[in-house]
Amino acid sequence: MSETPHNAERPLANGQKRIDFQTEPARYRHWKLAVDGAVATLTMDVDEKGALFDGYELKLNSYDLGVDIELADAIERLRFEYPQVRALVLRSAKPRVFSAGANIRMLAGATHAHKVNFCKFTNETRNGIEDFSANSGVATLCAINGTAAGGGYELALAADHIILIDDGAASVALPELPLLAVLPGTGGLTRISDKRKVRRDLADVFCTTEEGVKGARAKDWRLVDEAVPGSKFDDAVAARAKEFAAKSRRDGAASGIKLTPLTRRFETDSIEYATLMVEFQRSERIATIVLRGPTAPPPNSADAMVQQGAEFWPLKLARELDDAILHIRLNELEVAALVFKSSGDPEQVLAYDRFLETNKAHWLAREIRLLWKRVLKRVDLTSRSLVTLIEPGSCFAGTLAELAFASDRSYMLAPTLPSPASGGGSGRGSGDNKHPAAIALSAANFGDYPMANGITRLACRFLADPSALEAAKAEREKLLDAERAQKLGLVTFALDDIDWDDEVRVFLEERASFSPDSLTGMEANLRFAGPETLESKIFARLTAWQNWIFQRPNAIGDEGALKRYGTGQKPAFDMRRV
Amino acid sequence: MTIQTVDYTTKIPNNVNLTEDRQVLRALESWHPGYIDWWMDMGPEGFQDALVYLRTAVSVDPKGWAKFDYVKMPDYRWGILLAPKDDGRAIPFGRHYGEPAWQEVPGEYRAMLRRLVVIQGDTEPASVEQQRHLGKTAPSLYDLRNVFQVNVEEGRHLWAMVYLLQKYFGRDGREEAAALLQRRSGDADKPRMLGAFNEATPDWLSFHMFTFFTDRDGKMQLESLAQSGFDPLSRTCRFMLTEEAHHMFVGETGVGRTIQRTCEAMKEAGIEDASAIDKVRALGVIDLPTMQKKLNLHYSLSLDLFGSEVSTNAANTFTAGLKGRFQETKIQDDHRLESATYPVLKLVDGEIKRVDEPALTAINMRLRDDYTADCQRGLDRWNKIIDKIGVPFKFALPHVGFHRQIGEFKDVHATPDGTLIDDATWTRDKETWLPSSADGEFVASLMKPVTEPGQFASWIAPPRVGIDNKPGDFEYVKIAA
Ligand SMILES: [Fe+2]
Ligand SMILES: [Fe+2]
Repeated sequence: MSETPHNAERPLANGQKRIDFQTEPARYRHWKLAVDGAVATLTMDVDEKGALFDGYELKLNSYDLGVDIELADAIERLRFEYPQVRALVLRSAKPRVFSAGANIRMLAGATHAHKVNFCKFTNETRNGIEDFSANSGVATLCAINGTAAGGGYELALAADHIILIDDGAASVALPELPLLAVLPGTGGLTRISDKRKVRRDLADVFCTTEEGVKGARAKDWRLVDEAVPGSKFDDAVAARAKEFAAKSRRDGAASGIKLTPLTRRFETDSIEYATLMVEFQRSERIATIVLRGPTAPPPNSADAMVQQGAEFWPLKLARELDDAILHIRLNELEVAALVFKSSGDPEQVLAYDRFLETNKAHWLAREIRLLWKRVLKRVDLTSRSLVTLIEPGSCFAGTLAELAFASDRSYMLAPTLPSPASGGGSGRGSGDNKHPAAIALSAANFGDYPMANGITRLACRFLADPSALEAAKAEREKLLDAERAQKLGLVTFALDDIDWDDEVRVFLEERASFSPDSLTGMEANLRFAGPETLESKIFARLTAWQNWIFQRPNAIGDEGALKRYGTGQKPAFDMRRV
Repeated sequence: MTIQTVDYTTKIPNNVNLTEDRQVLRALESWHPGYIDWWMDMGPEGFQDALVYLRTAVSVDPKGWAKFDYVKMPDYRWGILLAPKDDGRAIPFGRHYGEPAWQEVPGEYRAMLRRLVVIQGDTEPASVEQQRHLGKTAPSLYDLRNVFQVNVEEGRHLWAMVYLLQKYFGRDGREEAAALLQRRSGDADKPRMLGAFNEATPDWLSFHMFTFFTDRDGKMQLESLAQSGFDPLSRTCRFMLTEEAHHMFVGETGVGRTIQRTCEAMKEAGIEDASAIDKVRALGVIDLPTMQKKLNLHYSLSLDLFGSEVSTNAANTFTAGLKGRFQETKIQDDHRLESATYPVLKLVDGEIKRVDEPALTAINMRLRDDYTADCQRGLDRWNKIIDKIGVPFKFALPHVGFHRQIGEFKDVHATPDGTLIDDATWTRDKETWLPSSADGEFVASLMKPVTEPGQFASWIAPPRVGIDNKPGDFEYVKIAA
């Protein structure tokens, strides 16, 4: 493997070939998940020797992507496997240390792409923790028993309530700027200002004070909610957790469903899942994701849905799509465009949407929709060109139509006009039994899946013309052909089969030829029109600044702070302000 | 207690021109009552009204730094004394090597420096707290006076650090100075910052071992801070070292006299075998194997104070020119260490191996190795005492992997000779290497106070010479009725 100073590719630990996002509690190396009645406790106990890559150790509960994959998995399990849980406690098993944050040696040796993807995933995980509270009613309480620095404190910031031990030593800190010349990039700056509303001048002091803030001052400055002496700490945490559980409006069943391992088959140029397939055309730098519609109608009751558990089609597809997107993000860096295709009966997909709508008060239906919401957000935030091809036999209806709206462009195949030579035709595929290309909307497209900016993809699409949104709404539950879809503004281009192959090919070739950086920037700017939220600020403002800083010599140059961290040598900065 | 009124401008021995320094005077005025409260609460229990024959440093010249007289401890004249200023002093190491030493705190290093001062400052009152019950069981008035001398000087060391905080670190410094009085050794809610300073000092053998091993860590830390490019810190630490030497003396001679008494008693009783513990104990002295166990405990706890083998903080403070190496100016190298290496014992694939690490990040290790060598010299002197009396026994320092809570070996168990062992073996055998509760009870049973001038408890020999050359029956402490 060739190594350039700023872009050292580290080998994965234990000879692994790819970063795998699938895990389960029995395999955790860094977290312990314990459920006691309505209170779940996630205890961070990072295995120093359990790093994802070779070349660094995870001291002092510092973390890398591998640690966060377990955390994300644990939160998913709490959602689906433990509906009885009503409050979550995050804590550390290490004495006098909560977490030192993202591992600095890992960051210093990581490729730029890995750093960006790592931050993105950890941000998504923390947003997921907040969503768990806001939408599933499981508030998180963070018990800080010692130093919580950088990403360690940022993890705490994702909680609803932070209890800091007041022992004259424990502190919360965001030392990134003074120590590493980067930003607290996992939402830290946004959450202290927008979520916790720390006064801006105090925030300025806090973010430039390497050692952080302790005890009563941390509470006064709103950095934590409580500062509690050590002798009362455990009792305070337990009492608060009980309170949160009592206040929760989660009405889950006594037991959940098992998130069984996904079945995946990795081939050289494809990945086969149960409900989707990924095909890589590597020379074209394209990954095609073909989603498969349901093979059976929805069950006839919520209980029957619970019975199906992880096999329930919308759940299974969401989990597999999530895994595929993450796999491509981290392991298939050269893929320029994700092409979404689908096969199946759009009416069946609508039927599943109706089923979830009818049962929306049921804990499992709610969690499945929330999962889809998060998966679709993950798609929005994937820095590859996204295109949806709506062809005959496809099933982009309701929830699945969101992929078309998440895409930078969508192409829909229109029936070919009858011509004397070909006789009557209904477009490509008319020779087989496939139904003509159709797209369909359901209630889900109008509120269940808001983007990071807080509004739906359709609302975002029609910002200029709210009546267009109303017009689309009026067409719910109908199969819309290409002409209608284009008229409603639901697709970018409707093409007949004379133009189809060439147009799609040229688009994808052109896309693959552009600079990946400028594309990432352009797409990220165009995808999120409209209002800002905490989440959109994290992904737009904070992340963009961080990614700029991550490229600057002051951080990653040979004399930069990340490179020099731990050597004892002082970084040398280019002192010109930009 | 009575609230004292202190004329801060004249009663505090100092060579920092306190009379003129309004900023520090004001800070000291608000800190001082809290300090006296702390001393009354946490200082030597039961002896605040006793007249103790103490030395007081009133100036830094050789005549002034050791004035002996009877004094009640709360009236002790804690002062602010820095070694005399050397106008030409240059920063002796780090990236500012050769530049003139700083007389003010450089802004970019303020937080780092403050942390160093706070950590050092926190150890000073901690040991006073740890030792506060010892007066009740002192083996002689001579020893009683020694512990009090150490205590008041640790109090003065606290003052020294507080002066730096108040003089150079603004509002943060004043807050840290206040916090130094709030933390308490061993307290569940506000413990002292470092592990060894939260351990109990249950008996006099522990006290002597503590002053030998843990105060020696203090000495090494002061030695490396005495090299600091921040001149006021350097000068402060250089003067503290003159006092620290006495603490080391109390520890080394305390243990030495205990060894001597044991060996003499064994000889008198015709016991050759040091491992005949019961027979030795029956003589009213502490058997040598138990002393070895105490030594193992205090040495390993003190090693933890040096921090991790490989430390970014240590590297940073060195490069910044804030904390140097032991006898930095006598070392022949470039004093920057950007490409040098230093051998460090590490755990590699389950084995203890010597690995070359960048010398910058191994700064702690170098200091610790110097410390170990210094300890070993003390042990050699102890072994000479045993040898001279003719008992076949030798004290040895345990391996650095033994009984560690910090650094490379914290997750493994090793025997005192450095063999890695499993949890079960450790649990089974640890009381052969560390004091058991039975050992503790035995030592405690010997801790009977002796308050007759010139008399000593059964387990410890008298010193060869008295403090300030006083005769053997000198009344070092006049205990209040
Ligand atoms: Fe001291
Ligand atoms: Fe001392």
